Amino acid sequence: MTESLVSIRDLSIAYRGRGGTAQALREVNLDLYRDETLGLIGESGSGKTTLALAILRMLPPAAHVPQGQILYHQDGRAVDVLSLDAERLRRYRGEQVAMVFQSALSSLNPVLRIWDQFLDTARAHGETDQAKIRARTRDLLSHLQLEPERVLSAFPHELSGGMRQRVMLALALLLRPRVVVLDEPTTALDILTQRTIIDLLRSLRQEFGFSMMFISHDLSLAAELADRVATMYAGRIVEIGRTDELFYEPRHPYTVGLLQAVPTIHGDHRTLQSIPGSPPDLQRLPPGCPFHPRCPYARPACAEAEPDLLRISDGHRSACFFWDEVRGPDVGKIA
Amino acid sequence: MNWTTLKRNPGGALGLAGFLAIVLLVIVGPLVVPLDTSTRLDQIYAAPSRAHPFGTDNQGRDVFSQIVHGGKDLLWVATLAAGISTSIAVALGSISAVAGGHVDNALMTVTDVVLTVPHFPLLAVLAGVLQFRSQTLLAIILGVLSWPALTRAVRAQVLSLKERDFVEAATALGLGRGHIIVREILPNMRSYVAISFVLAMTQAIYAQVGLVFLGLVPLSGQNWGVMIQYGWTRGAIFHKSSVYSILAPIMAIVLLKLSLVSMARIFDEIFNPRLQEG
Repeated sequence: MTESLVSIRDLSIAYRGRGGTAQALREVNLDLYRDETLGLIGESGSGKTTLALAILRMLPPAAHVPQGQILYHQDGRAVDVLSLDAERLRRYRGEQVAMVFQSALSSLNPVLRIWDQFLDTARAHGETDQAKIRARTRDLLSHLQLEPERVLSAFPHELSGGMRQRVMLALALLLRPRVVVLDEPTTALDILTQRTIIDLLRSLRQEFGFSMMFISHDLSLAAELADRVATMYAGRIVEIGRTDELFYEPRHPYTVGLLQAVPTIHGDHRTLQSIPGSPPDLQRLPPGCPFHPRCPYARPACAEAEPDLLRISDGHRSACFFWDEVRGPDVGKIA
Repeated sequence: MNWTTLKRNPGGALGLAGFLAIVLLVIVGPLVVPLDTSTRLDQIYAAPSRAHPFGTDNQGRDVFSQIVHGGKDLLWVATLAAGISTSIAVALGSISAVAGGHVDNALMTVTDVVLTVPHFPLLAVLAGVLQFRSQTLLAIILGVLSWPALTRAVRAQVLSLKERDFVEAATALGLGRGHIIVREILPNMRSYVAISFVLAMTQAIYAQVGLVFLGLVPLSGQNWGVMIQYGWTRGAIFHKSSVYSILAPIMAIVLLKLSLVSMARIFDEIFNPRLQEG
């Protein structure tokens, strides 16, 4: 797990709006390694989706990138995604990096049969052999526990939500991408369907071998699926580490806050604590550490400077001056 | 399209049947019914009878045979004109919506200018200059003048459709811009475009008949508009016995337009897979 596929370097992204400029991402550094699953967690507005969209360069027109790079490593070379020309960007999307959206239920074209959508996607990337496309599609759909023939001749409205989500996954994997980005892959589904999707994602990754980056505010999903987890707050990664480190020994007060807001299945009936206050206004960030107004550990120093990601152990980093004092809740049985 | 679609839309089915019947009558009919051109002074303005179902005109010619022969040109011009105006509208409307910025501004300015030009006076002037000797030329002129309203509507539809999730998903799968317009967005407006096409046909019929009636198009050939014009100028409206000869082409036009408009009702079901069954 040492070879990096996607490297994000000092990436800042801002949205220009009426009231000024909103800092959606601020100097983010992140690597996605081969064959790993990385979870991004955080509240709404923390920059998770902006980061995911940036990897596919699908930011809305109002976004601009004042600094930073997104490097995609391919055949020993680093490709700068932000400077790809239109045609190479088109090929990069889908062939190298695929994305499954939060709104997977409406991500299929309502007037085209499923098979046509697979065929169109394969053809747009230069595959002309219909029999080959069909075989690959059937293979993927069977892996996703769908009946290929029934699904392929159906229109999207004839499928259930869970089936459509699985079709979207199959479509994303059609071109054998090396990276799959999932934006809230299970949010719109009921709990049992979520379970199925999680199991399928695991087995697909083993079968086809790709790296996965998913966004979620569902901590149990992150705990179950991810190898590494990154917590985002106000456009920055505030803590990153192996999943067990982050859940058992969180070293950033915000991660602790997120964990405390989730009920546990086993153990004592403890009071859930929400994080006081609300996420900061991205147009007017508080001075110093943007989390300090809501932080139980805050001290005067926190309002003066913003901490960098400080090393706690190999791979585990936290952007808190006082990470040594931070203790997590007893989340032993969260997953 | 299947029988359930038709059964659930009696109005639409009737319109479709009417339209097919008229097409059959004006395209196959001329092969069966010869055009009556002989003047018979003893038969002027004869009342409908077995020999002459719609009576005869001011020269004693059979009105029915003129109806049978007088629809083909009208239908051809209407179809061609609607085809031209709808194609222009779909092309310009989607380009405008997808390109945005200066292209959008420029295209919409042109559209607004064409939209503000009063059509009938312009057609009258063009009729004087160009003579409209060929039906195809007339169709082209009608088509080229009547795209702006639909262009604006198509642009609005594409602007809304391109924000839909499936377009974003298609972009993420690396489908190009052209593909997204043609394969993702346009299929979602098929019924809208088809309905607009049919309405454009009815407008083209109206414009043609109007031009003929006003005498701005040479009264050549056989055409329901020409029949109305002759009936009108020969005073067919003033006598009880002659009124059939002018009523027949009017009814033919009304039935054609009525069947087109009611037929358009089933397009939504034909093109929207969600409405097809269940």
